[in-house]
Amino acid sequence: MSEFVEVAQDGTFVVLKQPKPIKARKSELKKKNFGSWLIFFILLIVVIGWLFPFYMALINSFKTEADFTAGGPLSLPTSINFSNIIKFWNDVNFPLKLANSVVVSLVSAAIGVILSAFTAFALGIGRIRGRFWLLAVFMVAFTIPQEALIYPFYNMAKLTGLYDNLSSVIIVIGIMNIAFGTYMLSSVLEEFPVELLEAARIDGASTWRIFYSVVLPILRPTLFVLATFFFIYSWNEFLLPLVLLPSNDNQTVTVGLAITTGQWTTDPTARAAAALLGSLPSIIFFFIFQRTLMRGVTMGSVK
Amino acid sequence: MSTRSEVKASKKVAAAASAKRAQGLSALSDRRSYLWFLLPGFVLFAGLVGVAFIWNIILSFTKYSGVGKPRFIGFDNYVNLFQDPVFWESFLHAIMFIGAMSIVPTFLGLFIGALIFDYVAPRFGNGASAFLRGALYMPQIVPLTITGIMWVWLLDPSTGVINTFLRNIGSPAQPNWLGDANLAFWSVSVIMVWVQIGYTIVILMSGMARLDPSLSEAAQIDGASWFQRFRIITVAQLGPEIGVVLLTTTVAALKVFAPIYVMTAGGPGTATQVPAYFSYAEFFNNHRVGYGAAIATILAIILTILAIVILYVQTRQNEGAKQR
Repeated sequence: MSEFVEVAQDGTFVVLKQPKPIKARKSELKKKNFGSWLIFFILLIVVIGWLFPFYMALINSFKTEADFTAGGPLSLPTSINFSNIIKFWNDVNFPLKLANSVVVSLVSAAIGVILSAFTAFALGIGRIRGRFWLLAVFMVAFTIPQEALIYPFYNMAKLTGLYDNLSSVIIVIGIMNIAFGTYMLSSVLEEFPVELLEAARIDGASTWRIFYSVVLPILRPTLFVLATFFFIYSWNEFLLPLVLLPSNDNQTVTVGLAITTGQWTTDPTARAAAALLGSLPSIIFFFIFQRTLMRGVTMGSVK
Repeated sequence: MSTRSEVKASKKVAAAASAKRAQGLSALSDRRSYLWFLLPGFVLFAGLVGVAFIWNIILSFTKYSGVGKPRFIGFDNYVNLFQDPVFWESFLHAIMFIGAMSIVPTFLGLFIGALIFDYVAPRFGNGASAFLRGALYMPQIVPLTITGIMWVWLLDPSTGVINTFLRNIGSPAQPNWLGDANLAFWSVSVIMVWVQIGYTIVILMSGMARLDPSLSEAAQIDGASWFQRFRIITVAQLGPEIGVVLLTTTVAALKVFAPIYVMTAGGPGTATQVPAYFSYAEFFNNHRVGYGAAIATILAIILTILAIVILYVQTRQNEGAKQR
């Protein structure tokens, strides 16, 4: 698993695994025989089964209550009816929850990325003494369960007057992001081409200048991956907003829907609408940033 | 991504870089200036997470209802915990969730991932392969709370999808999937497998892309079946990825909270109680803060040990990679 850094012309750079020999695969390996069609077909059925819950949420969101009572959950809606979704949208004040989630996720991702870039620069490029232990501490902190921190966070928020204020969750998530961000970025920066750093030093660049003009531009794509990753991560965050943001107007999507759906137990179409509206932002985000996210998922795991 | 000559060129750069790294970095004499970059992140992180962690440990030695002053009671919370059957049950469930969230998804992810990688990608194109992988990843992208809301509805005993389907095919059984103490744990487990597979597939398939295909091709020419190649070549070479996937999903299993909160609240009774939810309920529902803090501390200790194992495994892998 030897690695090397490839700096492409557009300034992006990737840590690549050992390249596999590029050669034409045997043509028979590509033959679409009966067996491979069968496997493709079976995989397709598995995938359809995997997506079936989302499909159920989709079709039942558009049913009226009468439609649901008559046809049950499995039948297609007799007509596309938005009243149910609109009612749910208004009842939980969905736009406000969305706005809260967007603010929390965006700002905490920005804080996380900026602070991680600084810290990772010190560890990965500066190779500060004891960096192995610092990274180890971040790594361990990343695995600590939030339950072991949440009550003190709750106390801190009350003491600082930030309880029930979006900024409490933003600060906590933003700072907690440093652990994963530093871990990931410094492993990428350890592979940074030394020639560039040396050249900059010889030209008399200060450390800040090296960070700002040499490392940052090349690191930008990686920072973007990290930011999308943090965004999703904060979007899905549950315990922190649940504890720190009790009032209705400050809740995020995850907490708002989790708490309000308790009231909808007798109304299956409203629950379908909750599942649909709750999933949709993430699914849209996923379609836009699919490639970036896939890189992010694999980047943190195995080098 | 790059042609062969580019790869060769960048390989040379990398070799030169690692050779020069030692001397090159000593030339960057001004190491102290880097400390300033470490400072903001480190101070904020230590000030928030470090302080909270220690504060929580201190709380675990007190009796505290959330109002008034915490009273120091030494190890009483821990002594009581070890005699509390719910505590042991919650940890047993967390360990059992390792099966549903780590072991089963890793096996299925390896198998499905290899099928997609070996059969779909070369024959039906990378688009088809990316589609299958993306679709299986979908449950990972949706917040776990929303997943929970969706499944509570799908599994509703009277209006839910599953039981309606059972009625339609004439089955008299109408299980209360999440409300029956004998069923709830297994229902949640199946849902967690559904959630986790996307993660394992993505990581494992990126590992498969790293492997040298010529080994597998040679084996195929020698008449090895797909399953033989899968077992002997793919799985054997994916050791590092499998290790990481198993460890990270185990951490996730031990931490599981949101699905339990939304779907079962640890119930019925204590049928799906897990440490994370147990401590949350002690903090905020039962107002036994010290007790909750003790549960959380024990969970944190277990996860810290796991994190150290992960770190050890990764460091060893990296050293192995350098020697090669």
